[in-house]
Amino acid sequence: MDTRPDPDFLLAQLKAEDKVRRRGSLKIFLGYAAGVGKTYAMLEAARHRKSQGVDVVAGYIETHGRAETELLLAGLEILPRSETEYHGIRLPEMDVDAILARRPALVLVDEFAHTNAPGSRHPKRYLDVEEIRDAGIDVFTTLNVQHIESLNDVVAQVTGVIVRETVPDRVFDQADDIEVVDLPPEELLIRLKEGKVYVPDQAARAIGNFFRRGNLTALREITLRRAAKRVDDQMRAYMHAREIPGPWAAGERLMVCISPGALGDRLIRSARRLADEWQCEWRAVYVETPDHARLSTPEQEQIARALTRAEELGAKTVTLTGSPLQEVLLHYARRHNITRILVGKSLRPVWQEWLRGSLVNRLIRESGPIDIFVISGEQEKPEPVPVSGFFPHRPLNRYFRSVILVAAATAVSFLIRDHIAPTNLVMVYLLAVVIAATNLGKGPSILASLLGVLAFDFFFVPPYMTFAVSDTEYILTFAALFAVGFVISHLADRLRVQAEVAERRRVETASLYGLSRDLAVSNSMEGILRAITDNIAQTFNRDVVVFLPDRAGTLGPIAATADYQVGENELAVAEWAFKHGQSAGRGTETLPAAQARYLPLRTSSAVIGVLAVRPHDPSRHLAPEGYRLLEGFASQAALAVERVLLSEQAQQAKLLEATEKLQSAMLNSISHDLRTPLVSITGALTSLEDQAEALNEEDRRSLIRTAREETERLNRLVGNLLSMTRIESGALALHRQPEDVQDILRTAVELLGNRAAENPIRVNVPPDFPPIPVDFALIAQVMVNILENAVKYSPPGSPIDINAGEDGATAHIEVADCGVGIPPEEAAHVFEKFYRVQRPENVSGTGLGLSICKGIIDAHGGKIFAMPRAGGGTIIAIELPLAE
Amino acid sequence: MTEDARRILIVDDEAPIRRYLRVVLGAQGYTLFEAAGGQDALNAVLGDRPDLIILDLGLPDMDGVEVTRRLREWSQTPIIILSVREAEGDKIAALDAGADDYLVKPFGTGELLARIRAALRRQADDSEEPVIQAGPLRMDLSRRMVTVDDREIVLTPTEYDLLRILMRNAGRVMTHRQLLRLVWGPAYENEMHLLRVNVSNLRRKLDPDPSSPSPIRTEPGVGYRLVE
Repeated sequence: MDTRPDPDFLLAQLKAEDKVRRRGSLKIFLGYAAGVGKTYAMLEAARHRKSQGVDVVAGYIETHGRAETELLLAGLEILPRSETEYHGIRLPEMDVDAILARRPALVLVDEFAHTNAPGSRHPKRYLDVEEIRDAGIDVFTTLNVQHIESLNDVVAQVTGVIVRETVPDRVFDQADDIEVVDLPPEELLIRLKEGKVYVPDQAARAIGNFFRRGNLTALREITLRRAAKRVDDQMRAYMHAREIPGPWAAGERLMVCISPGALGDRLIRSARRLADEWQCEWRAVYVETPDHARLSTPEQEQIARALTRAEELGAKTVTLTGSPLQEVLLHYARRHNITRILVGKSLRPVWQEWLRGSLVNRLIRESGPIDIFVISGEQEKPEPVPVSGFFPHRPLNRYFRSVILVAAATAVSFLIRDHIAPTNLVMVYLLAVVIAATNLGKGPSILASLLGVLAFDFFFVPPYMTFAVSDTEYILTFAALFAVGFVISHLADRLRVQAEVAERRRVETASLYGLSRDLAVSNSMEGILRAITDNIAQTFNRDVVVFLPDRAGTLGPIAATADYQVGENELAVAEWAFKHGQSAGRGTETLPAAQARYLPLRTSSAVIGVLAVRPHDPSRHLAPEGYRLLEGFASQAALAVERVLLSEQAQQAKLLEATEKLQSAMLNSISHDLRTPLVSITGALTSLEDQAEALNEEDRRSLIRTAREETERLNRLVGNLLSMTRIESGALALHRQPEDVQDILRTAVELLGNRAAENPIRVNVPPDFPPIPVDFALIAQVMVNILENAVKYSPPGSPIDINAGEDGATAHIEVADCGVGIPPEEAAHVFEKFYRVQRPENVSGTGLGLSICKGIIDAHGGKIFAMPRAGGGTIIAIELPLAE
Repeated sequence: MTEDARRILIVDDEAPIRRYLRVVLGAQGYTLFEAAGGQDALNAVLGDRPDLIILDLGLPDMDGVEVTRRLREWSQTPIIILSVREAEGDKIAALDAGADDYLVKPFGTGELLARIRAALRRQADDSEEPVIQAGPLRMDLSRRMVTVDDREIVLTPTEYDLLRILMRNAGRVMTHRQLLRLVWGPAYENEMHLLRVNVSNLRRKLDPDPSSPSPIRTEPGVGYRLVE
């Protein structure tokens, strides 16, 4: 047996400690009966804390009119109770919101196991306490031992009084501190006589029973033992966490078998107690035999509840399918190294046992080295709770139909009796039985066998019309008919039900697969949400809403199946589920009056949304398997949503990074280009200012000329930047008029001014060239930029040719230079912002010119491109549409 | 060389620009007045009675076009507006409201002085001179004869009228609408193609070489100007 501390255990320990630090602490004052003085002890402790300066507030105290208790209340701040109205009666309850708003350091809450009035936030007070603790507020509370879940039935046995309000063991075990308020039974009885013990009216009848010396002693022992066990647990945990090797349990593994009608709750609780005693893990197993589908609804619910309870008490639950029962159980047990099996034995009449066999006996016989523990008891009558039709239920007119079948068989036989020997007529009845077996189920088919035999005897076996049999051979026929009918019906039934079970499993798996496939395919948020809502709505036949938080973190319904209106109350439940990361609503412990069940979409990092599922018929609930499947869907959905969110974030981050890089490069370039002309301008002006005498006329003229040229260059650059900004922001307003090409070109040349001084420009426009609908100023600027470009890259003296042509629909203008040319692979790039061909040195300019051209030409619906010129140089060609 | 002491009112909210204009124009012998806003300008025109107003369109308190409009309600003083390159709509609006010419910032001193001269000349030149000369171009109105470098040119009546108006206003911009109104009549204010075709023909007749600049310069989006 491995005595090293389990790393998972250590992790859980750390997590628990972490949670505890942030959570408020819980101290339970535990007593074994009413009247031992729990409330009194709690108040005393509270007053002590208060005197130490702690902010103490009474959340809910029940003094039952006892004077001494009320005395202790004096001086404590008491929060008023909230009143919930239920069927016209006003019921006072603890006001959780008031406590949370008040935020004391410590709050006193009496009667830990109390059930809240319907319509309260939580159905149980201990759930209210959990919420209060989550807010970081410490709590003192009182509890009687019979309210502890696993002890509930033991106490009931002792006292004969069944208490329905229970607190789960895990809540009890999680309390930070348990103080046993003990009082010797004799003294309690004295107090009872003195009238100092409060007993609710309903129990007045049982009071005699309850307050007997023997009972009280037994209760006291149970209480003390439970408290001692907790100490023991804490000690073990302490040793384990500090890696002290100790007397670890011998490594038993317990399995408890749940079957219909077999003691349900009691079995589970016993299993838990045994598991605690033997210090081992335990599992609850239910085997779904072919009979399961034909169980009555209350029985099915009982099983569902037993499984849920087992999970709550800390077991791993498993549902197996197969037959026969004991084989499935033992196979599982062996595979998982189960050492002890717990079964319940219901006390049925002997004849039933003889007929149906006893599972217990079979188990015992075949268990081999595994120990079998049997718990006996009365059969529990199951409480009816409506459960959703996840397992279909069959109507009872099957039997009626089998009768019809036999009648039909009889009729057919009558028709053919003259042609067929009686022994072969039996086959018709056999056929009827087989039909009944495959379509109607085991019971009806057995009925069909029986009726068939009788009918055959009555109508077709001499003497006719009697049940007597003249030839005793027919007895054999009867027996055979009946037996065959029985066997076939049995087999057919099993086969069919197995097929049904398998089909249902397949549907479940297929639906999960369908969801994950749809999710994998979608990349957009809407696709994913649609996949989620469609799949869940189809599989569970319910309405679905997905809530996601917006940028501010407020939850809102983002996707829904048709016509699902989300009211404010429902939204509040969704927000609760979102904030606490726990399921809320129908079928849960929190706000169970809600219309729908709200599951938080959790991923490893956080809760990213809420899934709401609402049945069409409010009276139908899901079985635990259904809830499990639903949770499976929810976690898939959560992962998919997270995936989309993350990928969107990643894309945005990438985009942001690229944009920033580009902006930074651009700013650097512009900064450089703006400052460079200023160098010469500043230089020229300052020297003219300071050094006037040192400069001769020619120097001065030269400086002035340089400065002037540079101002023009600066002006052009500013103009370019403005144009670029205008184009980019879409603020380019086009005023198109039919304009003369010659005019444009002439203006452009003029605007170019002395930049083209060294390159003769030759304009060639055919006469009668049609006017082009363009914005004159913008196109003129385009021509200027192109010419400027041509001049920049051309050697001095080389000519620049402008040729215009048209083909009826488009006007072409080409500017050809004899310059250095553009490498073909860069031809498309020259129209990009800030692009500059690398080759020529000392060529200035930001590289915006041609991209501005492109922006303007694009806005006109035209095209611009660069081509190499035959013989060296570049041609930049523009196409503009001639139509408006 | 100084002109006779003509009075010029400078309206601009930018102090550096006012300083520059003051220096340059002062050196030319003009008497200068300044205003920094529209309301100031209106008062100054009343008070100082300038011969020419240089008006910046981008004033803080009043729109330059509005100032022009108000001025034109009771004054015929020539107005030259200062504007930025792209604000064509403003330029046209100001010219239509009655301004005589415009300058695009930044402008050179030579251009400034030329425009001022042109605007002042028109003011002085109300009488009909029989002969107008602009560079190699010469127009004899009494004989209805147009010559370029003493070479006679034959024009259609419309072209003749057009040229006459341009030459009358030599150096000054004429908006499309003004030209259309003056040559064809108010009903033809929007017939741009008429104007374009005639200008094109006129240009060809005056200066056949397409690569050399024509005396009729296009002011993009605004109108035409005959350069002298």
